[in-house]
Amino acid sequence: MKPPSAITSTMPSNPAKLKMIWLQGITCNGNTHSFLNDPALETLLESSEFIHHPLLPCSMNLRQLVKKLPKSDILIFEGAYKADFERAGMRMEELLNTLASKAKHIIAMGSCASFGGIFKEADPEHISGILFDKEKESGPLKEMREKVITLSGCPAHPKWLSFVIEMMRLEKTIAVDEFRRPKELYAYLVHNGCLRNEYFEWKVDCDTFGTKEGCLFYDQGCQGPFTHGSCNKILWNEVSSKTRSGTPCVGCTEPTFPKRELFTTKTYMSIPAEMPLGVPKRSYLALAGAAKSFHIKRLEGKLIDDNA
Amino acid sequence: MARLTKEERKVSIMTKALELFSKEGFYQTTMPSIAEKIGMSVGNLYNYFTSKEMLAKDLILYIANILGEEIRKINESPLSTKEKVEAIVHMYFKIAQERPETIEYFLRVYLSNREVFQNCCEGMICVSAFVTELMIFFEEGVRSGELKDQDFFSAFGLFMGYLGGMVFINGEKILPKPLESYEASISDNIYNALKSR
Repeated sequence: MKPPSAITSTMPSNPAKLKMIWLQGITCNGNTHSFLNDPALETLLESSEFIHHPLLPCSMNLRQLVKKLPKSDILIFEGAYKADFERAGMRMEELLNTLASKAKHIIAMGSCASFGGIFKEADPEHISGILFDKEKESGPLKEMREKVITLSGCPAHPKWLSFVIEMMRLEKTIAVDEFRRPKELYAYLVHNGCLRNEYFEWKVDCDTFGTKEGCLFYDQGCQGPFTHGSCNKILWNEVSSKTRSGTPCVGCTEPTFPKRELFTTKTYMSIPAEMPLGVPKRSYLALAGAAKSFHIKRLEGKLIDDNA
Repeated sequence: MARLTKEERKVSIMTKALELFSKEGFYQTTMPSIAEKIGMSVGNLYNYFTSKEMLAKDLILYIANILGEEIRKINESPLSTKEKVEAIVHMYFKIAQERPETIEYFLRVYLSNREVFQNCCEGMICVSAFVTELMIFFEEGVRSGELKDQDFFSAFGLFMGYLGGMVFINGEKILPKPLESYEASISDNIYNALKSR
């Protein structure tokens, strides 16, 4: 039994806080806003600190950041990349590449930083994500791909970010998919965990937004069956998701986002043009045809009778 | 005489049953009469099909699978949509001529005696193999740009209604000419009705 003083004397010093930089490209601030809604933000800030953040207290403002170009443990990039876009007078081409080369880890935060996203639509030739330009791995940080974690989403879920930061702090290996998205978060489809799965299964369709009942796929264009994401597993604000509130998934985590004709499902002769991910057409049509042959009374009624 | 497997025996029973059902009608045909025509005891027949209704269901599944498999081959062939229409019409009429009991059963027993199937063939369950292949034919036709995009059932009704109607009329011996002589004009009419503008 060691005496108490021995324990005290061998206690390691407090670990240094993770040093993070949050750099913004062309952005709507959606991911910043998402991050500020992380229930674990306070806890996160106990073990990390921002050298620079656009909103949170930090040790450098933007001009100081651009002047000093410091090292960091994690560089978080929000917004789309355009080489000649400037922050504090410095072109993004130089600013991002310099900070990235001095960072231990890099996070592409949100769909614009990941694949180009919404802002790419304004100038497809010159705007991209930091590693990917839609599906192509041709972004400015392609030489540093091993350091980049992609957190696509519009916005990305704050818990996805805090999960990744914690993994980096603990120096854990993060398994990633072909777009360098963490498999722990993106191996699922949004369809997994959707409360409307039974309606999808039995082809009971929703005729409008905002109801508790019905599938949003056929008539409302829900992209849940083809979209990687854990929105129905790790809920937003710990309570909900798009599909749970009666709004279709728009596929925002995928390189193809934004799609044209959102909120509609393209059909050929009433048959969906796109099959749920990995499902053969014949299998889907045989099952859908069979499901449509039955009428499940429980699923055709309201969950809460407004007249009760 | 080589001994038939159970499945082969089942198919031969179904073939004979089809002839009897389409010739004499569902209600006039009994399990004993089927057994007698096959040269099998009634008791043994019940080893293969537990009731006349179950036999009726298995028959429609059997026919749907035959038609579905034929259309699948056409779907997977490198024909244009127009040529596929011709191939489906030809296939359907050929079966109607060579195996009239199959289409006769579909039209005169399945479609006309739905009460027989109400506990086991809801909606399109028992004709799923056939309907699925037609869905794929239409979907691929629209996707290729050859067919007009429209409601599936409008197109389905037009196509199968036309073919079924012709076979029905042929079965009533009203047609002045052989069924196959109508193939070209029917294919043309169907394609012209469905093609994109």
